[in-house]
Amino acid sequence: MVNRVVVGAHYGLKDWLAQRVTAVVMAIYTLYFAINALMLPAMTYEAWSGMFRGGFTRFVTLLFFFSLFYHAWVGIRDIWMDYVKPTGIRLVLHMLTLLVLVGYAGWVAQILWRL
Amino acid sequence: MSKRTVQFKIYRYDPDKDQQPYMQDISVELEASDKKLLDALVRLKVVDDTLSFRRSCREGVCGSDAMNINGKNGLACLTDVDSLAQPIALRPLPGLPVIRDLIVDMTQFFKQYHSIKPYLINDEPAPERERLQTPEDRDELNGLYECILCACCSTSCPSFWWNPDKFVGPAGLLAAYRFIADTRDQATSARLDNLEDPYRLFRCHTIMNCVDVCPKGLNPTRAIGKIKDLMVRRAI
Repeated sequence: MVNRVVVGAHYGLKDWLAQRVTAVVMAIYTLYFAINALMLPAMTYEAWSGMFRGGFTRFVTLLFFFSLFYHAWVGIRDIWMDYVKPTGIRLVLHMLTLLVLVGYAGWVAQILWRL
Repeated sequence: MSKRTVQFKIYRYDPDKDQQPYMQDISVELEASDKKLLDALVRLKVVDDTLSFRRSCREGVCGSDAMNINGKNGLACLTDVDSLAQPIALRPLPGLPVIRDLIVDMTQFFKQYHSIKPYLINDEPAPERERLQTPEDRDELNGLYECILCACCSTSCPSFWWNPDKFVGPAGLLAAYRFIADTRDQATSARLDNLEDPYRLFRCHTIMNCVDVCPKGLNPTRAIGKIKDLMVRRAI
């Protein structure tokens, strides 16, 4: 393949914006979570798991984790793009990151709905 | 200030003679009238005339004598020599290929600058007199047009070190916003298209080394933020 510097993929804005929006979501959830945890009558497993049994908390917790994983996707991909030069290795790293994060997302849902 | 002796540690590399770059210990006696680092470097030339560095206007306008001074990029002509801890360590601007001693090859830097089309694009026939702006519109160009392209900012930017071929860099992006912000320019959308790219613009991680080192006190990070704001406004 001819060795030329290629740029102009015309994306990046959505990811940059999403990284900021997901950060806000995580900040708000952290507050909500801290207040809920502090209001627990006792720090027992029962009380702890009961906290996540409510439909709303379950939903916002899932939202938090999806935000975390999207945020992490943009951040980790940035690291690969900054430092890893060979395109093939970068592609493999992108795919691995994506697979791991999608796996985590499924795992989170399974844990939340098992409680 | 009277006569005094100043110690230096200077990066030396002559590709015709040296296998490796090395740091040279050298000192020079300054006259009372020598105020700036550039004055000291000119005196040093008398002690060792093989020392190479760029210089021209000696008053912070041409941007030729940018170098890494005690670990921080700056202009030799604007830096008070007495404000520096000794021995004063001088290195070429980081991240660019060294031609000799303190002289770097700025090709990559200017390539990125040219890639943003640093000139007014306006297809309307030129009016009889100049194209006018309101004072408010003109104010938006303050803090942008003053850039002298010394490359202190781009060569202190880690993102530019890692991807100098793809990331436009703080100097180029400041210049890009200078034309995006100009009400006389008609290519705003094309300019934003040109920058909407994960490498060209979004390698900026707001590290803000550029703001820290700019000898003209400019703020490329803010200009980059304004480019992103315009992209968001255009997209949603």
